[in-house]
Amino acid sequence: MNKKDLSLLVLILVVGAVVAFINPRFLYVGNLSNTLNQVGMFGIFSIAEAFVIIIGGIELSVGSVIALLGVLFIDLIVNHDVNWVLALAMIIAAGLAIGAVHGTLVTKIGIQPFVVTLCGLLIYRGAARYYTEDATAGFGFGASFPMLEWLTAGRTNILGFPLPHSVIALFVIAVIAWVVLHRSVFGRYLYAVGKNEEAARYSGIRSGRVVIAAYVICGGLTAFAAILIAMYTRSISPAVHGSFYELYAIAAAVLGGCSLRGGEGSIVGVVLGTVLLQVLQNLVNLLGIPSSLNFAVMGTVILIGVLADQYLVQRRRRATTAKGVPQASGAGASVGASAE
Amino acid sequence: MSEPFLELVDISKNYPGVVALDHVDLSVSRGEVIALIGENGAGKSTLMRVLGGVVEPSGGLLRVDGVERSSLTVAEAIKAGIAFVHQELNLFDNLDVAGNVFIGREPVYGGPLRLIDRKQLHARVRPLLERLGADFGPDAPLAELSLAQHQLVEIMKALSLDARLVIMDEPTSSLTLTETDRLMRVIAALKADGVSVIFITHRLNEVVQCADRAVVLRDGHVVGSLRRDELAPAAMIRLMIGRDLKSLYVPPAAPPGASVLDIDGAVTSTYPDRAVSLSVRRGEILGLAGLVGSGRTELARAIFGVDPLQAGAIRLDGEAIRVASPRAAIDHGIYLIPEDRKGCGLLLDVSIAENISLPDLASYLRFFLVNTARETANARTQRERLKIRAPDVGTTVGSLSGGNQQKVVLAKWLSMRPKVLIFDEPTRGVDVGAKQEIYDMLRRLTDAGVAILMISSDMEEVIGVSDRIAVMHEGAISGFLDRSQFSEHNVLQLAVGHAVE
Repeated sequence: MNKKDLSLLVLILVVGAVVAFINPRFLYVGNLSNTLNQVGMFGIFSIAEAFVIIIGGIELSVGSVIALLGVLFIDLIVNHDVNWVLALAMIIAAGLAIGAVHGTLVTKIGIQPFVVTLCGLLIYRGAARYYTEDATAGFGFGASFPMLEWLTAGRTNILGFPLPHSVIALFVIAVIAWVVLHRSVFGRYLYAVGKNEEAARYSGIRSGRVVIAAYVICGGLTAFAAILIAMYTRSISPAVHGSFYELYAIAAAVLGGCSLRGGEGSIVGVVLGTVLLQVLQNLVNLLGIPSSLNFAVMGTVILIGVLADQYLVQRRRRATTAKGVPQASGAGASVGASAE
Repeated sequence: MSEPFLELVDISKNYPGVVALDHVDLSVSRGEVIALIGENGAGKSTLMRVLGGVVEPSGGLLRVDGVERSSLTVAEAIKAGIAFVHQELNLFDNLDVAGNVFIGREPVYGGPLRLIDRKQLHARVRPLLERLGADFGPDAPLAELSLAQHQLVEIMKALSLDARLVIMDEPTSSLTLTETDRLMRVIAALKADGVSVIFITHRLNEVVQCADRAVVLRDGHVVGSLRRDELAPAAMIRLMIGRDLKSLYVPPAAPPGASVLDIDGAVTSTYPDRAVSLSVRRGEILGLAGLVGSGRTELARAIFGVDPLQAGAIRLDGEAIRVASPRAAIDHGIYLIPEDRKGCGLLLDVSIAENISLPDLASYLRFFLVNTARETANARTQRERLKIRAPDVGTTVGSLSGGNQQKVVLAKWLSMRPKVLIFDEPTRGVDVGAKQEIYDMLRRLTDAGVAILMISSDMEEVIGVSDRIAVMHEGAISGFLDRSQFSEHNVLQLAVGHAVE
């Protein structure tokens, strides 16, 4: 865990302690379990977003994909009697395909990621609404998938605490993502492409493939999150379901130390960022702040966090230059030497 | 010729470890056309930057209209009537000609609204267009004009500021012959109007064609000034060279073997109608000399698979290979140490060890994961071998000096199995000590059987390190030189497109 992650953890604990102090209900088992369930669902698509942000891209269609794939999933199992295991596989495949299309448009055609995924945001939302004729998709009377429901939206008592399965899923995914990003060759390539695509190419990395892979991973994980969220809400109004979720994902990634310029960020940070956002959401509810201020509170806290981070970085930099660390003077010499 | 209105007296400019200008004197009279010539790195551009107010001299003074001062700011230079037409033009693609000429000085109306008076804007630009004989109107969008026309726009911008001196840095380097001809006529027209021109060029026949005087720089000194009647390519070349090169040369342990890399009729997109053929033999350093812009870097990029080859073939050990990407080149054992170290060679805020392992991560695998212990161990070995001066291999590369950064780039490839190494300016921005270490490493590599193609604009390096020299001129090889023919004179002759006598 790096310094940034640690300070984020401290911030979460401080905010949590303040909320718990003002309103002890924060620590009730039911409330914690519900908050964790949110963390599980939001954490998965935030990790998805982080993959794309680390290679220097952006994915804005997360919320719309969650709506479209959620609608499709429910429709498949409820109205078309598709076996849920098969439906799950189909939806994940659809997510992977969406990612592949985005990645290909970005690398092979050279359209900016913001534009590609903004179009995706509009297209998938429209498609979801058209598909259901703007009606709410949900489970009819008697429709029941006990196994699927238990797996996706259930909770298991562990030492008396009802642990939501979405958190367990997040944990597994986070561990795998951590290993991939921070220990595997592919992870090195992701960071290298994000930091300096040209230098990565000159080192023999097929940067186009790496970028496409990042979007594909993002699409697959988003599809999985879409199923969890659909099973949790059980009814989907395609006009609003999942809207702004891409912004939650980007916010969590930025809080977790990802730079929108690419090449930075850690999985632990992204998960902690998600936790902080959900704690804030919970804070708004528990402290009796009008829920209309929800986004304003989140925005303010993120802004303060980024400002504080900038301040600390600058202070640290000033401290190192003041001490005259040899490295700093070495950097100066190299700049001078190349200014011919 | 009238009194000089601008004089540079005893101007020096030092950079850490480099003397770019060493007590330079230069005077400019009204309506005088001065050609500034010299090898790459002789100090021409620095001198012009001092005049344009971009660079502050370390010593000496400038006299403008009899007023002495130690340096100029850009604003003062413009006020003094000095205008700079940059090599890379500073124009706005999204504006029209008139908008570019009067950028920041647009005539306005409408009081506080400050709306642009387009009519007056165009009216002011029209006489300038006529003066230069331009074949486009004031409302022509810049994006639709050619490079030569862009230059005219820059010159108009200078004239609209009442420039008395127009400085052009290699104005013809990317122009066609007809365009060059027209620029020469524009220079003549400026001269007739009493405007002085200083132009930097590598094309000596242009100097003969239109300069009143040629000033020759070498290693930051003015080594000579030739009057109109003394202007001849031979005389200019004689002045441009003529220093004793330190002998750096270490002969190879064994005579070079069979050719390893054969380039046959390679065509790059920069020079679509020129082809390059050359071969590099086992155990030799082939120097690739030529002026900046002669197409050497483009050739290197094509061999390494960064840019596609337009035509031609690459053979490795006699077998034709297809290099569609850097990955393919690397898999064949062809490695490039690029010119732009910071942009293409390194990940600056990543550690030395991770930079070194990047192209070869597959060989550090242990159960699909990177074996960091082996990565660190290998980086330490390379640090010893190349004498990379850094506290540890975990140090980020961005904090190292230029020489040590270059060694890290080299270390990336040396931990693999190089067959052909292409160096593009191997010692640019590298201090003297590290330079020698890099040269020693080149020789050790060739003695171990590697073939090296070394692009260099540093004459001392080309002549002192190469076993053989190929010289490029405008996208094609203008000649090969064996060690017995090595001389600055011969390299320069070939570089400007003349034959060696």
